[in-house]
Amino acid sequence: MKIKTILLGAAATALVAGAASAGSIVAVSWGGAYTKSQVEAYHKPWTAATGNKVISEDYSGGLAEVKSQVEAGNVTWDIVDLEMSDAVRGCDEGLFETIDPAILPAAPDGTPATEDFIPGAITECAVANIVWSTIFAYDNSKMANGPTTIADFFDTAKFPGKRGLRKGPKANLELALAADGVAAADIYKVLGTPEGVDRAFAKLDTIKGDVVWWEAGAQPPQLLADGEVAMTTAYNGRIFNAVAAEDKPFSIVWDSQIFDVDLWAVVKGAPNKDLAMEFLAFSTATEQLAAQASYISYGPARKSSAPLVGSYHTKPDLAMGPQMPTAPENFKTAIQNDFEFWADNQDELNERFNTWLIN
Amino acid sequence: MTDATDASGNLLAADGTPLKKKLGQALFRSRLRAFGLTVPLLLLILLAFVLPVTTFLKQAVYNPQFEKHMPNLTPLLADWDAVSEPDEAMYAALVADLVLNKKNKTIGKVASRVNREYSGTRSLFTGSARKAKKLKPPYKEALIKAKPKWDNIEVWKAMKIAGKSWTPAFVASAVDLKYTADGSIERKQEDRRVHLKLFARTMRIAVIVMLAGLVLGYPVAYLLSTLPARSSNMLLILVLLPFWTSLLVRTTAWIAMLQGQGVLNDLFVLFGLASDEDRFSLIYNETGTLIAMTHILLPFMILPLYSVMKTIPPSYVRAARSMGATQWTAFWRVYFPQTIPGIGAGGILVFILAISFYITPALVGGQDGTMISNFIDFHMRKSLNWSLASAMGLVLLVIVLFLYWIYDKVVGIDNMKLG
Repeated sequence: MKIKTILLGAAATALVAGAASAGSIVAVSWGGAYTKSQVEAYHKPWTAATGNKVISEDYSGGLAEVKSQVEAGNVTWDIVDLEMSDAVRGCDEGLFETIDPAILPAAPDGTPATEDFIPGAITECAVANIVWSTIFAYDNSKMANGPTTIADFFDTAKFPGKRGLRKGPKANLELALAADGVAAADIYKVLGTPEGVDRAFAKLDTIKGDVVWWEAGAQPPQLLADGEVAMTTAYNGRIFNAVAAEDKPFSIVWDSQIFDVDLWAVVKGAPNKDLAMEFLAFSTATEQLAAQASYISYGPARKSSAPLVGSYHTKPDLAMGPQMPTAPENFKTAIQNDFEFWADNQDELNERFNTWLIN
Repeated sequence: MTDATDASGNLLAADGTPLKKKLGQALFRSRLRAFGLTVPLLLLILLAFVLPVTTFLKQAVYNPQFEKHMPNLTPLLADWDAVSEPDEAMYAALVADLVLNKKNKTIGKVASRVNREYSGTRSLFTGSARKAKKLKPPYKEALIKAKPKWDNIEVWKAMKIAGKSWTPAFVASAVDLKYTADGSIERKQEDRRVHLKLFARTMRIAVIVMLAGLVLGYPVAYLLSTLPARSSNMLLILVLLPFWTSLLVRTTAWIAMLQGQGVLNDLFVLFGLASDEDRFSLIYNETGTLIAMTHILLPFMILPLYSVMKTIPPSYVRAARSMGATQWTAFWRVYFPQTIPGIGAGGILVFILAISFYITPALVGGQDGTMISNFIDFHMRKSLNWSLASAMGLVLLVIVLFLYWIYDKVVGIDNMKLG
């Protein structure tokens, strides 16, 4: 054991000595078109500006890997892209380093970062980079007069065909209540009562036999393309990517979209903590967030980025602004994901959902 | 030359020690050498299998999160009768522990442990920890004023359950039981019972896959063992080919074959066996899981069968036929009994692999084709309830060992031949 430690130490020293001028960090994100947008907008400019390298790794969300790395004292990741609920939960469990908001650069007009970010985007351990959204989409080549509201999604008489839903209670319960006529602002109030949960499950019961369940974000566009489902919930960036990059005939319905932020957090005890913090500050600057929006339709988490958002990187005539979850015409009935509600109730609702699923 | 003997008549070796002792030493040395050769493997098994498995299974019954981070409150909870109102001393200990956890950033660990026993308390803990430092005695009123939920005795009961580090709570939960604060065990509510059904479904799928493999694999193995060497080698390669292909690729290939707009359904529509609007649901359900798993596990059935059939001389069946047995009798009374060791080996191999199958049901299982290992995965990666995951693993291990024991009693483990 001792010899191993010494050997590892020696190897590490050699590595550090070899890379003294330029360091490197391991950045972990969700893969696919999303990671590509980060590579283009954050990683490459950072390497160009500082000479430091970013090693990009993919994961499928959740805290399991971070938790096992931190608890085993063998941390290999430096910075991780997370959902809000995981960022808060991981912070409470001491899995992430705390972040001093003072390291975040101010907006070009001098507005301090704490005021430039949208509310709730800077937390104790994590800083948001984008706003993403769960929407539903359909294939407009197969449905000329497609669905327009969330109620249509649950109406298999008016719009026959299978439905794709993410396997899990999150987002599905909110959408079920919205389709049942609950206003966006009251969703979590209703869901906080046992009757509200029953009501949501009763609504889901109406389409249970027609549902194809998906788990990975890449699945819904595939299900739509294969004609396996008539409409499916999805992350808006994935559908946009299928339309913009692969010319698929998909349409997004923004009614009752559920939006949330994605955040960067630095893993507790990260091997290159200081560099990772530098990278975090660099990548959440106004220009970087605006540049990212040219590659994927997730909204920048800074207000000052919005005016700088241009068009899709390969199609100059495809303006990105209207594709964002935060665009005013998309945002009318939007529901903000309540991470506190899910942190409190996910164990219970997961159990209920799993039982509901197999009965 | 006469043999050297000692006073009591025992044979002596050349150097004067008794021959028996000398022989024993020589044998011991050779055994030591043989053992020495197996040491690397034993160490590997110990370090890479026994140690991690036992460490992990320990989590099923041992979860010290609460006790470790709430040192003041835990002993008081252990003495508490779970009926009377919690007193000021308990509230004071709680506040002291909350302050401690806020400082060490461990409140999330405590909160998620209690939240598993009583849902909806997570924010109660994290929120109270933020305020704990400013609270002034008497702590009971102060805490209840800050968060009225502290007045709820169920929260305290949940903490009492969580406070026990050695606990049957997770194993009970893995079999749809509930461990309560007063130490009794009761069944879970109807709409929370999920695991027993899943264990039953997992068993059923494993048995069907095993039987389907036997029905499909037996004739193939027979053909392989009776064809002339050249053509049987070709066939064997066809059996092994999928074996060399990644599991993921084979599963995905089945998705392309079976899905609504897939190859098979297109053929059905072409031949008028199904209408275009009403295609068969062959995937994302139990049917899909069964088809894909049977295909993937088929070689594990064919190969042991083949190796056993290869050793059965064809003359036995010929002899039976020449003595007047019908084809069926010759097969059933002479040939089939000799293949039982192969059936046993293939059957148990396929069954045990099938019972813990994970990737295939995850991809094609949909809502009614997922198995217990998918739930273990869920609790490992998503809900982070590692104790429950290992409790479910423990139950699965016990079931497999029990079935193995039954198999040994009924068929006999010596009666199994893998090659």
